[in-house]
Amino acid sequence: MSKLQEPTVDLALAFEHDLDEADYTLILEILGRTPTYSELGIFSVMWSEHCSYKSSRSYLKELPTEAPYVLQGPGENAGAIDIGDGLAAVFKIESHNHPSFIEPKQGAATGVGGILRDIFTMGARPVASMDSIRFGPLDDPKHQHLLRGVVDGIGGYGNPVGVATVGGETQFHERYRGNILVNAFNLGIVDADRIFLGKASGVGNPVIYAGSKTGRDGIHGASLLASAEFGEDGEAKRPTVQVGDPFTEKCLIEACLELMQTDVIVGIQDMGAAGLTCSSFEMASRAGTGIEMDLDRVPQRAEGMTPYEMLLSESQERMLLVTRDGEEKRALEIFSRWGLDAAVVGRVTDDGHMRIRWYGETVVELPIDPVAASSPIVNRPKAVPSDLALRQQLDLDAIAPEDDLEAALEALLDSPNLASKEWIYRQYDQLVQGNTVIGPGGDAALVRVCREDGSATKKALAMALDCNPRWCWIDPFEGTRAAVAEAARNVACTGARPLALTNCLNFGNPEKPEIMWEFSEATRGLAEAAIALGTPVISGNVSFYNETSGTSILPTPTIGVVGLLDDWQKHAPSHFPKEGLDVFLLGPEEASIAGSEWLALRRGIEAGMPPKVDLVHEKRLHGLLASGIASALIVSAHDCAEGGLAVALAECCFGQRERPALGVCVTAPGPAGESATAALFGERAGRVLVTSARADELLAAAKAADVPCRAIGRTGGEHLQIAPPAGSSASPRLWVDARVAVLENIWRRGIPRRLET
Amino acid sequence: MLQFPGSNDDRDMRFAMKSVLGAEAELVWHGDEELPRSTEAVLLPGGFSYGDYLRTGAMARFSPIVSAVTRFAERGGPVLGTCNGFQILCESGLLPGALLRNHQLHFICDFVHLRVENSVVPFSSRAAVGDVLHIPIKHGEGAYTVAPEELERMESEGQVLLRYCNAAGEVTPEANPNGSVANIAGIVNARGNVFGLMPHPEHAVEAGIGGTDGIVLLGSLLDAARAGGVA
Repeated sequence: MSKLQEPTVDLALAFEHDLDEADYTLILEILGRTPTYSELGIFSVMWSEHCSYKSSRSYLKELPTEAPYVLQGPGENAGAIDIGDGLAAVFKIESHNHPSFIEPKQGAATGVGGILRDIFTMGARPVASMDSIRFGPLDDPKHQHLLRGVVDGIGGYGNPVGVATVGGETQFHERYRGNILVNAFNLGIVDADRIFLGKASGVGNPVIYAGSKTGRDGIHGASLLASAEFGEDGEAKRPTVQVGDPFTEKCLIEACLELMQTDVIVGIQDMGAAGLTCSSFEMASRAGTGIEMDLDRVPQRAEGMTPYEMLLSESQERMLLVTRDGEEKRALEIFSRWGLDAAVVGRVTDDGHMRIRWYGETVVELPIDPVAASSPIVNRPKAVPSDLALRQQLDLDAIAPEDDLEAALEALLDSPNLASKEWIYRQYDQLVQGNTVIGPGGDAALVRVCREDGSATKKALAMALDCNPRWCWIDPFEGTRAAVAEAARNVACTGARPLALTNCLNFGNPEKPEIMWEFSEATRGLAEAAIALGTPVISGNVSFYNETSGTSILPTPTIGVVGLLDDWQKHAPSHFPKEGLDVFLLGPEEASIAGSEWLALRRGIEAGMPPKVDLVHEKRLHGLLASGIASALIVSAHDCAEGGLAVALAECCFGQRERPALGVCVTAPGPAGESATAALFGERAGRVLVTSARADELLAAAKAADVPCRAIGRTGGEHLQIAPPAGSSASPRLWVDARVAVLENIWRRGIPRRLET
Repeated sequence: MLQFPGSNDDRDMRFAMKSVLGAEAELVWHGDEELPRSTEAVLLPGGFSYGDYLRTGAMARFSPIVSAVTRFAERGGPVLGTCNGFQILCESGLLPGALLRNHQLHFICDFVHLRVENSVVPFSSRAAVGDVLHIPIKHGEGAYTVAPEELERMESEGQVLLRYCNAAGEVTPEANPNGSVANIAGIVNARGNVFGLMPHPEHAVEAGIGGTDGIVLLGSLLDAARAGGVA
């Protein structure tokens, strides 16, 4: 092998690596010499926004992360909570926004693959995926293409890997036209005493590389793609997107879980962003050790790869693990049985350094901690957006009320944001592993808990992803509180108790003070709501630079809440189960059109402060739903969210697997003379539609729980009928009188009809 | 119960057979040359064997264990393949026909209605002709196709066991989810001991998680094995 030829490092080359002068000066100070080309590459990825959280770290420190049942908080590959029976749930959400915009199928696929590895790295079998995806308007052919590609990528990876996709959310908005969002969530189950961590402990222990061979794909994905905004040259960045191989991932899952049944593994971590570099530095940093590695021993896909390329490659489906000394053969045998490449590539050392050789020549010699743990923190300036007052201001009297209520309801049900997402989730395997109690289409997904030996427990985990970005744009603090409250409420609607949350904070360019202000307000709201609802943050991800040519996305802090249900058979669906049940509205009766979906769709206005979330009420609501559903006092529960009461009622009526469309006859709550527009389409957090066959008992239970509860109607017939509040003038007798089957058809066709043209 | 690299309904099938139906069920690795001696029936689970990168089931047919399954079937042993298992059985010639890409080109996961066309031991004896089962499908390549003359022969011999239908049991074009010829969802070979179907009976064995209609099919196989009438 000829002697390595590497470019000479100077400040100009550092700039090309997205490092600034202060970074470069600090590097020279740390090393006392000029870094090699490979070392410069390592600094550029490790200190990138994506890997180092340099703009966000000081804010994330303020988030609540503890509860007696939290086994692992942020800082590891994923968080973990104790769910009893000796088991733990491991979960996390992560963004793959920029790759998905450039190459939707592979971008989304590798997003799913990456989050799966974060979960099984911890020793957990991945059991449930969800995805929060956001696009530009669906009438834009480009975004139709992006939607098709992303869905194809999620299914094309999740289906072969054998992990059910059980839920998620999909939205369309002008502000995602230049930067779509793909946030992938996964949850796995593990024995609570067998959680594996990403630590390179035990001096002398072998460091093993396993999985796919390393190729030239995805070099600088973390630094150049994820840590910079798009210009007009987005296409040119396509080579930084990786390509996924779900078959290798499936084999990697099975091989790792098999190996984890032995006592061979000391530490394990997936190679995600910044691949071999990030995984080795983080593992050594967590253990306070060092690593020496021979790059030439790494299985390689391409010939003639340089150390720089190998260190920065983001080839998918790769793991780095440390085993006990002398046990490497056992590990290599298991990988080989599953047809995977694996090799001992290095050893754990005690000197706190990363020493990387390439055919005997040392190409990297760096201290671990200054690179991994003490990367620079940037305190970016913040400023209140100049148009904030405009965003929040709305003269309600100047808004023309709806004159055709049924047409408005139909328009809302037909709108891509509220229409059925069946076209999307029918392309996902929702059932594999056989534990899906409630799949996509419910308020939250509900998945029965099984042990690794395949035996079922009585328990189930509920999970939901939520965010209302319009609200977060109007007021990031209130909007983020609302996102946490909504995700938790959706979980509670199944009967489960919300326990913990994960988050994916998608924002614009943090170098702009207004974006940084949005971010800081959002984290403040996240912290407050997480504390109030008793759902600590156990994992998460920050995605900045979601901008194209200076236009940022709406601030989108996607929140994923997970809850526990003690008996999976005692759960509530979101739809009306049968006719003859009394329908109740839990929570405040009055709603507002400020910042609502109706106002955006029917009046083209996105402004006005929605009523603030009452977190004390939310917590009470959780308690009432959990006890009411467990005792079958409540037999269905549906969150009354975007589109207001009328849309929520319609959703409860639509046909289900076990019953055809079912009608309901309701009298709108609220004071006599209430505006029909506000009563039907106004929105407000903290409202849940429930049904019961034991009306008096439910009213008493709600009173005892201090939750407002009003009987509003009864299920039956084939029509959705909504009458004005009692005492209103006699005309009209009904605000809405529509055949459910007709509404349902509109709702089901909303997305496919737009894709068929 | 065979396990290929890329199988992913293997654990589900084992749960259905073992935990729900009380059968003895073991996973057998694709690289094994022989089936366990006590084998009374072979199940090929769904999934994406070897990644299905070439053509669904096209690689799995060459694995050592499939030769053993072929010998087992030639001796009259019952073999049931769901989804990717059905695809492997067609690829390996144990069943006639082939499975093509769904007509709308998408992967589909949904519950469908199936009409039982023939009540036979060992696969559908628990059902009566005309019964409607509610069982999910989840596949991208499930459009069954076969030469017209072969189809005619299969129809006359009662080899079509399941057809996609609507809730009322009517076999209509609207009820055909993937473009299968004659709405075919499941068939047996001429000898009647090899059954392939695209739907997933293992996902319909518990009330509350997919319903219990899948037990009708899996239970029929179990009845036959318990009666000693197979293999």
